[in-house]
Amino acid sequence: MQPDERYGRRWLRATSAVFLKDWHAELRTRYAINALGMFVVTTISIILFSLGGEPASPEVLAGMLWVVLFFAAMSGMSRTFVMEEERGTAMTLQLQAPASAVYFGKLLFNLVLGAGLTLLTVVLYAVLIEGFVIRSYGVFIGVVTLGSIGLAAASTIIAAIIARANTKGTLYPVLSFPILLPLLMTVINATRLASEGTSWADAGGEFQILISYIVVVVTTSYLLFEYIWKD
Amino acid sequence: MAIRIHAEGLRQVFSRRTIFSGISFSVSGAGVLLIAGRNGSGKSTLVKILCGVLTPTAGWARIESDGAQDQFGRKAMIGLVAPYLQLYEEFSAMENLRMSMNLRGYRPSDDVSRGLLDRVALDAQRQDPVRGFSSGMKQRLKYAMALVHRPSILVLDEPMSNLDADGTAIVRSIMHEQRTAGILVVATNDLTDIDGWDTEVNLNAAR
Amino acid sequence: MILKGALGVLLTLVIIAAFALPITPQPQSWLEFPLIPGLEEKARIIFFHVPTAWLSVMAFLTSMVFGIRYLRKRDMLDDIRSSSAAGLGLLFCILATATGAVWAKFNWGSFWNWDPRETSIFVLLLIYGAYFSLRSAIEVEEKRATLSSVYSIIAAVTVPFFVFIMPRIMTGLHPGAKGDPDGAGPVIEFKMSPNMRVVFFASLIAFTLLFVWMFTLRVRAARLESHLQAKG
Repeated sequence: MQPDERYGRRWLRATSAVFLKDWHAELRTRYAINALGMFVVTTISIILFSLGGEPASPEVLAGMLWVVLFFAAMSGMSRTFVMEEERGTAMTLQLQAPASAVYFGKLLFNLVLGAGLTLLTVVLYAVLIEGFVIRSYGVFIGVVTLGSIGLAAASTIIAAIIARANTKGTLYPVLSFPILLPLLMTVINATRLASEGTSWADAGGEFQILISYIVVVVTTSYLLFEYIWKD
Repeated sequence: MAIRIHAEGLRQVFSRRTIFSGISFSVSGAGVLLIAGRNGSGKSTLVKILCGVLTPTAGWARIESDGAQDQFGRKAMIGLVAPYLQLYEEFSAMENLRMSMNLRGYRPSDDVSRGLLDRVALDAQRQDPVRGFSSGMKQRLKYAMALVHRPSILVLDEPMSNLDADGTAIVRSIMHEQRTAGILVVATNDLTDIDGWDTEVNLNAAR
Repeated sequence: MILKGALGVLLTLVIIAAFALPITPQPQSWLEFPLIPGLEEKARIIFFHVPTAWLSVMAFLTSMVFGIRYLRKRDMLDDIRSSSAAGLGLLFCILATATGAVWAKFNWGSFWNWDPRETSIFVLLLIYGAYFSLRSAIEVEEKRATLSSVYSIIAAVTVPFFVFIMPRIMTGLHPGAKGDPDGAGPVIEFKMSPNMRVVFFASLIAFTLLFVWMFTLRVRAARLESHLQAKG
C-alpha cells in the first residue's frame, strides 16, 4: 500500500475522506435532515402565526428570511466540530489528516448543509409567505448562493473555536453574530433589492462585498485553523 | 533507514501548573523508550508532544530520519494507541480502517484491512459497528488503526488496558515486532507490560 | 512617574479649556470658540467623546497585535497584555456609547438612531462582549489565550467590511459624515476652528497617554496576580 505520489492528490484524498466521514455519519443518523428540517418548518410557522395574515413590507420579509437562515445555521453548523470533541475523536483525526484537510473537509460539509438548509428555507418561504415577491430572480439566486456560502464559511471557523472551548451551543450565536453581521446586512439589503426589482449592475456592489467577504473569511480561517486545532 | 527521536528541555505548563520540566532524551531505532511515572505525572502529555498534537511550553521534540521526508510529516511516521484516542463508533471496523487509509492519503486496500484485523483477531466482527464492541475489542481495533500505515514509531499509552490474555499476547507480539523494526515508545505504570527497554524517562522527578 | 505627571497636567488643561472657554458667534480672541449652528454648547462633547471612541478602536487593535504575538511566541505575558487592552477597550467603548447616546438625545431627539458610527460602535461592543464571554468559558489558560487571540483576529478582518456596507444602507447623521448630502442631518457643516483643533488634538494625545498609563497599570496588576496565584 503506497500513498498517492503527488501531495495535491494525497491532500484531496484526505480532505474528501473528512467530508465523506461526516456525510456518511449524517446519512446514518439523519440528524441534520430531521432536526434542522423541523427547525426551519417551526421557525417559518412562527413567522406565519405572528404575521397573522397581515401584509408585511419587502424589507421586513427580506430580513426575516435571513433571521431564519442565521439561526438554522447556528443550530446545525457547530455539530461537525462539536461531535469530534464530545466523542473524543478530534485527536484521532488530528493524528491522521493534515489540519488544512480537516478544515476544508468540514467547510465542505457545512457548505452542503448550508445549501440544503437555504434551499428548503427559500422554497418554504416563497410558498408559504404571501407578501414575499421576487422581481429579479437572477440577482436573488446569486445573493442566496453567496449568502449561504458566506454563512457556512464564518460558521465553520467559529464552530471550531467553540468546540475547543467546550461550551456547547450557548456561545455559538454570540461569537458568530459580530462576525456575520457584515454579511447579514449585505444579504438583507440585496434581498430587498431583488424583491423590489433591480438589475445586476445595481446590485454589483453587494456582490463585490459578498465575494470579498467569503475570500477574506476562508483565507483567514485557513491560516488560523492550525492554532485552534492543535492543543 | 535510521530513525531517531530527540527531545531537549521539554517543559509543559497548564494554567501555571508545571506538569514537568527539563525533559531531555534521545532514542534511536531499533530501540524502546519507556515513559514511566505515577498518575498525573504527565505521561500522556509527553506522549501527545511526541505525536505532535500538543505544542510544549518550552523545548522541542524532533523526529530525525535519514529516509525521504513524508509530505504528511510526523503523522505519517507515528502510530498511537491510547485510552483517550477514540474510534468512530457508528462505523464498522472495516470502515474505520478504510477511512484511516483515506485520511492518511493512501489508496484504501481491503486486503491490508483484513490482514490487520486478522492480526488482532477481529476478522469475524469486521462488518459490525464499533458501537457494539466491548472495550477490549475496541482496544484491539485501535492497534489495527495504529498500524495501518506501517509506522516507524509505535507509541503505546497504557498498552494493555482492557485486554484479556489473548489480547495481551497479540500486543506482546506486535511490540516485539516493532522493537526490531523501528522505535517502540511505551508509557505505562506497569513494568510487566514491557520486556525491557533502552531508554527510560521517569517523570516522577521532573517537576 | 514623569508620564503620570505630564498626563495629569495635560488632562487638567484639556478639561479646563474644553469646559471653560466661552462659545461666541464672533470669536474675538484665541480663547473663544466659534459658535456652530445646530450644535452650540453641545459642541464641547467632541473633546471627550471622539477621543474615547478612538481609544476603544485603538485598544481593540492593541489587543489583536498582542494576540498575534501570543500565537507566535506562546508567552503568557502577551495574553495578559492582550486581555488588559481589551478590558480597557470595553470600558472606553461603553463610555463612548453612553456619552454619544446622551448627546444624541439632545441633538437628534433620541438616544439611538442606527447612524453608521453608532452601528460601528455597537458592533465593537458586541465583539468585546463575545471576546470576554469566550474567555470566561475556557478554564485552561493556554487554550483561553489561543482561542481568544484567534477570535479577535477573525473579528478584526471582518470589521473593515462595514466601511463599504454602511454607506450603501444608511445615511450618516454624525457631524462631518459624508452620507449627509442634502443636509438631512441636523448639522450641515462642521469644521473645527484652529483653537478648537488645538484642544481637540491635545485631548487626543492626553487620552492616548491615559490609555498607555492605565494599560501598564493593568498589566502590572495582572502580572502580580499571576505571580501570587502561582505561589499560593
